[in-house]
Amino acid sequence: MSKGDTGSVETTPRVYGAGHKLIGKNYVTADLYAKVTGQAKYAEDFHAEGMLFCKLLLSPLPHARVKHLDVRQALAMPGVKAILTADELPPPADTLTDNGTVIRANPKSERALTMEPLYQGEPILAVAAVDEFTAAEAIEKIRIEFEPLPFAIDPLDTLRPGGPNPRTDGNIWVQSPTPPAVVGAPPPAPPPPTIGALKWTEAEFADAKYGRLPMGKTPDEWSFGDIEAGFKDAALVLDETFVTPDTSHQPLETRSALAYWQNGKVYVHTGTQSTAQTVPAIARWLNIDVSKVVLVSEYTGGGFGSKVTAGVSLIIPALLSKKANAPVMMRISREEETFIGRARPSLLGRMKVGFSKDGRIIALDMFVISNNGPYDANGDVPTSGRIVSLLYQPVAMRWRGVTMLTNTPPRSAQSAPGGLQGIVIMEPIIAKAARKLGLDQVAIRRVNCPEGKAPFGPEVKGKRPYATSAFLREALDRGAEQFKWSERVARTPKRIGTKVRGVGVSLSCYVGGTVGFDGLLVIKPDGRVNFQSGIGNLGTESVIDVHRAGAEVLGVPWEKCDVTWGDSSKNLPFTCVSGGSQTTHAMTRAAYATAMDARQKLKEIAAKKLGGKPENYDVANERVFRKGGGAGMTLAQAAKYAIQLGGIYDGHEVSADLNRRTKASAVALAGQGLLAAAKDNYPRDGVTFSYIASFSEVEVDVETGKYNIVDFLAYADVGSVIHPRSLGGQVLGRSILGIGHAIGQKWVYDPHYGAMLSTRFYQSKPPTILDVPVDMQWAALDIPDPETPVGARGVGEPPVGGGCASILNALSDALGDEIFQRAPVNADTILTSLEAGRPMQHPLMAHI
Amino acid sequence: MSDIEDPKTIECPPNTLTRRDLIKRVIVGGVAVSSASYLFRASTLLRQSAPGTGERLLTINVNGQQRRADVMKQETLAWTLRHKLGLTGTKLGCDRAECGSCTVLIDGVPHYSCSVLTHTVRDRKVLTIEGLASSDGTLHPVQQGVIDEQGFQCAFCMPGFIMAAVAFLKTNPNPTRSELAQGLSGNLCRCQDYDKILTAMMRGAENMRGASRV
Ligand code: FES
Ligand code: FES
Repeated sequence: MSKGDTGSVETTPRVYGAGHKLIGKNYVTADLYAKVTGQAKYAEDFHAEGMLFCKLLLSPLPHARVKHLDVRQALAMPGVKAILTADELPPPADTLTDNGTVIRANPKSERALTMEPLYQGEPILAVAAVDEFTAAEAIEKIRIEFEPLPFAIDPLDTLRPGGPNPRTDGNIWVQSPTPPAVVGAPPPAPPPPTIGALKWTEAEFADAKYGRLPMGKTPDEWSFGDIEAGFKDAALVLDETFVTPDTSHQPLETRSALAYWQNGKVYVHTGTQSTAQTVPAIARWLNIDVSKVVLVSEYTGGGFGSKVTAGVSLIIPALLSKKANAPVMMRISREEETFIGRARPSLLGRMKVGFSKDGRIIALDMFVISNNGPYDANGDVPTSGRIVSLLYQPVAMRWRGVTMLTNTPPRSAQSAPGGLQGIVIMEPIIAKAARKLGLDQVAIRRVNCPEGKAPFGPEVKGKRPYATSAFLREALDRGAEQFKWSERVARTPKRIGTKVRGVGVSLSCYVGGTVGFDGLLVIKPDGRVNFQSGIGNLGTESVIDVHRAGAEVLGVPWEKCDVTWGDSSKNLPFTCVSGGSQTTHAMTRAAYATAMDARQKLKEIAAKKLGGKPENYDVANERVFRKGGGAGMTLAQAAKYAIQLGGIYDGHEVSADLNRRTKASAVALAGQGLLAAAKDNYPRDGVTFSYIASFSEVEVDVETGKYNIVDFLAYADVGSVIHPRSLGGQVLGRSILGIGHAIGQKWVYDPHYGAMLSTRFYQSKPPTILDVPVDMQWAALDIPDPETPVGARGVGEPPVGGGCASILNALSDALGDEIFQRAPVNADTILTSLEAGRPMQHPLMAHI
Repeated sequence: MSDIEDPKTIECPPNTLTRRDLIKRVIVGGVAVSSASYLFRASTLLRQSAPGTGERLLTINVNGQQRRADVMKQETLAWTLRHKLGLTGTKLGCDRAECGSCTVLIDGVPHYSCSVLTHTVRDRKVLTIEGLASSDGTLHPVQQGVIDEQGFQCAFCMPGFIMAAVAFLKTNPNPTRSELAQGLSGNLCRCQDYDKILTAMMRGAENMRGASRV
């Protein structure tokens, strides 16, 4: 049944979660009523008595040194309470990880404020005043003089011989070796990376003249197999350059924050992708103990990677609040969000690919350069190679890459970081190869796609790492069937009047989960089960969904379950960050382990009270009872006994392998009922990935260059389905995030001033409801991953690359291969290229 | 513009620039970084309003109640609702008429409250997300549609979408999905949950038709 009025994809409503009561079933999440009535409080919705407002002074220059600063006139204004400058920031602290290793603070990493701005829009100082008008006017009264410094906004510019360096001492990060271990002493921490300079020769740049990505020396490289032999045997060799866009995350809620101090503790309200993990991040940035930080973050207005631990800017109101001795609200404007709110780095890619005549990739030579911004290196460059190696299973592959620093806003992981870029560089080449070899687009992907324990990346200690599982071929086949791929391909004519139709398919994958986190729950004496959730609530609903797996194991109806989330003072366990599609996998494992711990404790309590051995008992229907009938008790009774018994049963003693934060939370909750807390220690053979097959059809008007996406389907291989509606929201939502990269989002710069021109929504427009089909489709295989007890893998990242690449492939199906070699593809790209018969955009320049 | 130097060619130690000079120069080039971007369109307004002055007591009808607030003459309705009347359900996603998060109904018509001055709504009826459910807590059929379909992800855009849908469905109670999409196209969802939003709003339309039959 089709839900739309124009959609032409038939869908049979899938039934998920066969054999389960809760897993795979739809339900109403506990946060929805507050959202729908406007009661849900996001950071900017809080108000504290005597609250001041803060405004930031942003650098107008892409790289400069503040030579002179005079704030006297501003400070003298009535209503101005405090001004915070970079010299008042606490020194960055080292990080002590949970396994006891030290990560040295990098003095050259990003700080909340700076006297040497490294990008236009970088915050220099902050003013707190009684209202925003006063704060903004005070900013205007500050006298500040800059010494402009050389800058680079284009990664190729800084690589050229004699090209400008984005930082005074260079353009790349260099990792020096870790000092040798000393016997008897703890293993030494690796030193923080330093900055070095990388320049290529004129000869190495020669290819750029012909629109091909130059390939000079790179610090990083790996390979497996014999690519030269592969190219020799290949029936077709393609060598293509492709450039992906820089795209801001643009969460609808900007990174506003409210902070105040009470009894030596700092209270921070902000949006974040992890309640549990943001606390230590704040403590580190403020250089205070974690016990002195309370984070309130019940609702977060989107993150997509940009709010992984909320972001360093949130310490500005915290420090200003301390200085002014009053609560401080820092509202971040849309433009400020563009500067400090993170973005996905553009990747310039070049791929030489050798295909056998049946389309199998026998050799792949991949080269990528990223536009990283001025601070810490993002993982997009190395990740792009690993994802490509998994998704297309090349017989032999070499990967080379370099992360270039530039004077553009700092990047961070954005949904499928590196994965989107790798897939988007690769997919148009596969589409082209299929056309050249006379192969069907689904067929060429079938012969290359990963299956089972598919290997990826280079050898590590003599063996290539591999995935836990992959059923992507099945998703591709089922998707092709549901999308009626063959019918669409066969349909003629492709052109009617000025409208040309094209169909595209893309594979996609990304990491789908981590392991080793903790769960925590209490069965209360009234028989209700309370799950403690340290997951951030950014809309994916994993904050609540994962606990359904625990409730299922315990045999408790969902109506009897409560979930506590969103406030670090409410005793939350050690939890993964909701980024990189970790959560569903990692936290269903932890929820499962915790529920199993509760089951074991219930059985032990029953055996103690009713006789027999724990293994004689079973747990179901809110009872623990003797197998085969006989004595038993309700969970409510067992919870009361747990409190009487104390010790391990009510949380006074907990397992030694728990994280110290989980232990502290358990101690605080002890005595309230039967307390279960467990670490996910389940074995896992392989690295967890999730996969998507994406299909789209576009209709291009060759007279105007405008195109519409007519239909879209994403078929997901994400393990067991936990909550179909929230899964569907992720599959299609992240697909559209990817589609934005195909149809319009990018940064545009004034290269003369190094100033960004695309600071607002309308200048780098995310897809609107009219940009996507009114009736989009998704489905999931619902095949459990064999390496995790609940079978569920993560989903956020994989749809992104497929969303973007399937649109690009549909466009080239409609228009041919000579239209674009970078994304996004806009109407003007299409028109000018159609006219010229070749791609007309500058092939390599950044930010066009 | 020969007086503008290419910063790339400047040798160290170069001439120094004040921020004002620079902004002036860069404005010539078409861009500026302004700390006041969340506040005003024009800095002349800024200079006219001495801090803390110029507030006037206004009475406005919000969600069926007469509410009084001290309002500056350049104050937007979104600001009054959120900061003076405690109605924080109306969100600010851009503050510049680009995203629709701040959509409220003024005399039944959807408006971006970030771009409406409060003093212009004195004689008009304002409805926000907080005023949509009936006083006994029964949700509006469109709100119920969201619950029924688990519409939206982070929901920061949700109040705006719901208000836009409520107004649109009054004029077109039985829309197709594409008609409804047109009706909601002034609202941006950055979680891009459009498909589920549309399904939830269609369910809301169905609920509304059901309710009006009773
Ligand atoms: S906040 Fe008013 S339209 Fe975006
Ligand atoms: S649900 Fe997050 S912006 Fe719409």
